Amino acid sequence: MRKAWSLFFLAAAVVAVAACWAAPGMHWWFPQKSPGGHAVSPLGNQIDDLFYLILVITSVTFIGTQAMLAFVLWKYEAAPGRRSAFTHGSHSLEVIWSVVPAGIMLFIALYQMDVWARYRIQSRFDPYAFEHPIAEVTARQFEWRIRYPAPGKTLQAKPQPDDLYTVNDFHIPLGRPVMFQLRSDDVLHSFFLPHHRVKQDAVPGMTIPVWFESTQTGEFELVCAELCGWGHYKMRGQITAQREEEFQEYLKKLSQSQFDDGVLAANAAGAQQAPAGEEKP
Amino acid sequence: MSTLNPAHPLGHAHSGDDAHTHHELSFVRKYVFSTDHKIIGIQFLCTTLLMLMVGGSLALGVRWQLAFPWKTMPIIGPLLFSSQGGVVPPEFYTMLFTMHATVMIFLVIIPILAGAFGNFVIPLQIGADDMAFPTLNMLSYWFMWPAIGFFMSSFFVEGGGAAAGWTSYPSLSAQAAAAPGSGAGQTLWLMGVTFVGVSSMMGSVNYMTTIINMRAPGMTLFRMPTTIWAMFITAILQAFALPVLTAAGFMLLMDRLVGTCFFTPGGLIINNAEPTVGSGQILLWQHLFWFYSHPAVYIMILPAMGMVSDMISTFSRKPLFGYKPMVYSLSAIAGLGFIVWGHHMFMSGMNPYLGMTFMLSTMMIALPSAVKTFNWLGTLWGGNIQFTVPMLNSLGFVSMFIVGGLSGIFMAAVPVDIYIHDTYFIVAHFHYVLFGATMFGVFGGIHYWFPKMFGRMMNESVGKVHFVLSFIGFNCTFFPMHLLGVAGMPRRLADPYNYPYLAHLLPMNQFMTYSAILMGFAQFLLLGNFFYSMFKGKKVGRNPWNANSLEWTAPSPPGHGNFDILPVVYRGPYEYASPLVEEDFLPQTRRLTPEQMAAVKPPATAH
Repeated sequence: MRKAWSLFFLAAAVVAVAACWAAPGMHWWFPQKSPGGHAVSPLGNQIDDLFYLILVITSVTFIGTQAMLAFVLWKYEAAPGRRSAFTHGSHSLEVIWSVVPAGIMLFIALYQMDVWARYRIQSRFDPYAFEHPIAEVTARQFEWRIRYPAPGKTLQAKPQPDDLYTVNDFHIPLGRPVMFQLRSDDVLHSFFLPHHRVKQDAVPGMTIPVWFESTQTGEFELVCAELCGWGHYKMRGQITAQREEEFQEYLKKLSQSQFDDGVLAANAAGAQQAPAGEEKP
Repeated sequence: MSTLNPAHPLGHAHSGDDAHTHHELSFVRKYVFSTDHKIIGIQFLCTTLLMLMVGGSLALGVRWQLAFPWKTMPIIGPLLFSSQGGVVPPEFYTMLFTMHATVMIFLVIIPILAGAFGNFVIPLQIGADDMAFPTLNMLSYWFMWPAIGFFMSSFFVEGGGAAAGWTSYPSLSAQAAAAPGSGAGQTLWLMGVTFVGVSSMMGSVNYMTTIINMRAPGMTLFRMPTTIWAMFITAILQAFALPVLTAAGFMLLMDRLVGTCFFTPGGLIINNAEPTVGSGQILLWQHLFWFYSHPAVYIMILPAMGMVSDMISTFSRKPLFGYKPMVYSLSAIAGLGFIVWGHHMFMSGMNPYLGMTFMLSTMMIALPSAVKTFNWLGTLWGGNIQFTVPMLNSLGFVSMFIVGGLSGIFMAAVPVDIYIHDTYFIVAHFHYVLFGATMFGVFGGIHYWFPKMFGRMMNESVGKVHFVLSFIGFNCTFFPMHLLGVAGMPRRLADPYNYPYLAHLLPMNQFMTYSAILMGFAQFLLLGNFFYSMFKGKKVGRNPWNANSLEWTAPSPPGHGNFDILPVVYRGPYEYASPLVEEDFLPQTRRLTPEQMAAVKPPATAH
């Protein structure tokens, strides 16, 4: 049984590393909508890169320290007649293992700043997207309400008569940064797009601009990530990324369906028929 | 020094028993409303171990729902939720995790470290006969009980227990209409937290005063064991951070009860109630809460770090590597701990420039933690390591603290935190720090000081089995949470599988639940061993571990007044394997003659 404890602690570390190694193949890794589980937004890919950078640094540290732990437990297990080294420490070692981690930490912190700034600092937002928010998303127990401006108009802070509304169904155009205003009607919620790596709390009393860009068409989950009450688990929305023309078409259809009182449709139909009739000889 | 220490009769005849009070105390005064720091420490210990089982049961409720969502909970389900067919209702799920965290943080970890070990160990390790304010000390224990009463009774009021998470963010916690648990349950929760806060504050004042004023002759600050340093720094943290939480708690109570609006913006229509009025700030609560609760995170680990340093040095039979850097890093963690609270709020909508500053300070606080880890490894290097139960648990602490510390770097980095914030990655991180590190440190501490508490040993074999099962159960429960977090699974969802991208994670959650059940049952071994050994354990003398610090010179168990001989301190607490003596330990109180000091013998065998 000698050395068993060294192996016990070593085994825990080995299993941990193995689990992480196997995780992507077992789908225990980033959610997959694209091959390899890449984020479907440019900023998301940068976040993933930073994640992997930290993962490499921490893995090296983890393996090094756990191996060291297993080694000292192996080598220095009590033996009859042995006596420990009598030392109270080493100044130079303390300096080394303070300065080196400090340098690494500082590097990580400074290296991360830019992505954060691009994500959240408003002066770094894409100017067009910032000027033309595509929607206002209002969270409430337990749904997401989306308010688009009428086609061809810009979003106003106050709801307009021709605004378009949907619930839990958020469409965005592909291939350009889009910005929306995030609000909450009642309690805290959090707007979380796992595939795009976007997250922002919705805070009652605040309007928070959020931007992202989708690089892939399709439907993605919109998750509430901040406890908002008993129905928190079912506050599920859907985000649909589609090509610009399809998005414009979608807005037009939405407008038609929301303002269809029968007269409008009849007028439209009449207007289509009348010119056709006039043209006839 | 010793200004509050009443003149001690040197060479007191009967082995420390009732050194001060010559009359026999009644049972109630001796064991119930006791002013003896040791009894109070043991009261705290027994109460918190009981609460550990309560908090653990709540956690198993959470785990049941995550592994078998909407399935009838065996045995308990039909009793509690007969109208729902024995299924955990979603609102009860939110109460389960809220109260699990509340119980574990406020009724287990904080009081077991500061209350149980702080009380028991501080006077013994500094050579004092008791705390500076014994009555205040007694009150600090008894103020726990109203808190326990408030927390537990909240389950029985209309709407049920508090359900806004242990962070109790408004508006969920401020508006009664927001959730079933936001009614009377939330009010009781706030009152409970207030009582816990007052209890901690009384302890904190006592510890600071005792450590500053009542050290034995020769016990200079830099001869104090790291446990004492850690308790001292923790007490300072509590003294400066707690008033903020208490004030914030009162403000929230006022919002709830008398209609102030510190945390309530106007115009919110919550669950079809009347629109709110006022112009309060939601984020104000988060700032105030985390201004306390981030230092509280360190309140929940620093004492364990100190205790583990003592145990690792003792069982490596080697001086603590870098004693002063260890003390300085404890202080650095405490100091920096006050300027990192914003890292809990990166996604909260606060000014994004603050995110950058808080990221820098958070990265810097990883540094003293790294220094501590390297020093623990340095202590082990070249030692003569004895794998006792306290040592195994301490090694468990180091091993798990490395994981918890490293995973912290991910969330300190703001951009990465965008993704992992509020996911299971966070849950993994803080369980590695608070359970993996702190609780293993506590398990070690229980086995280490048990012989001093009761004059008997805990069973070594049972202790080892408990450690192995807990360690395996713990890792199998919490390590997969990192992966769940990377897979984007948010916390606090009663049914995460409602989201298609998470549906395939059910089997992993089931595996974690089985592991949690294993870990939970392993704790019965600890409890059984604890209470059995209290009466039937092997009897031991004063110093069963051949350790150096002062508590081991007192009788086991020490009587009222602790020391039969007034301790005088000649050196630091970590002089193991000293070349000055034949044995591999040199107690702080042992006086060496000048001849002994001069005749420095080389170590028998170098490593």
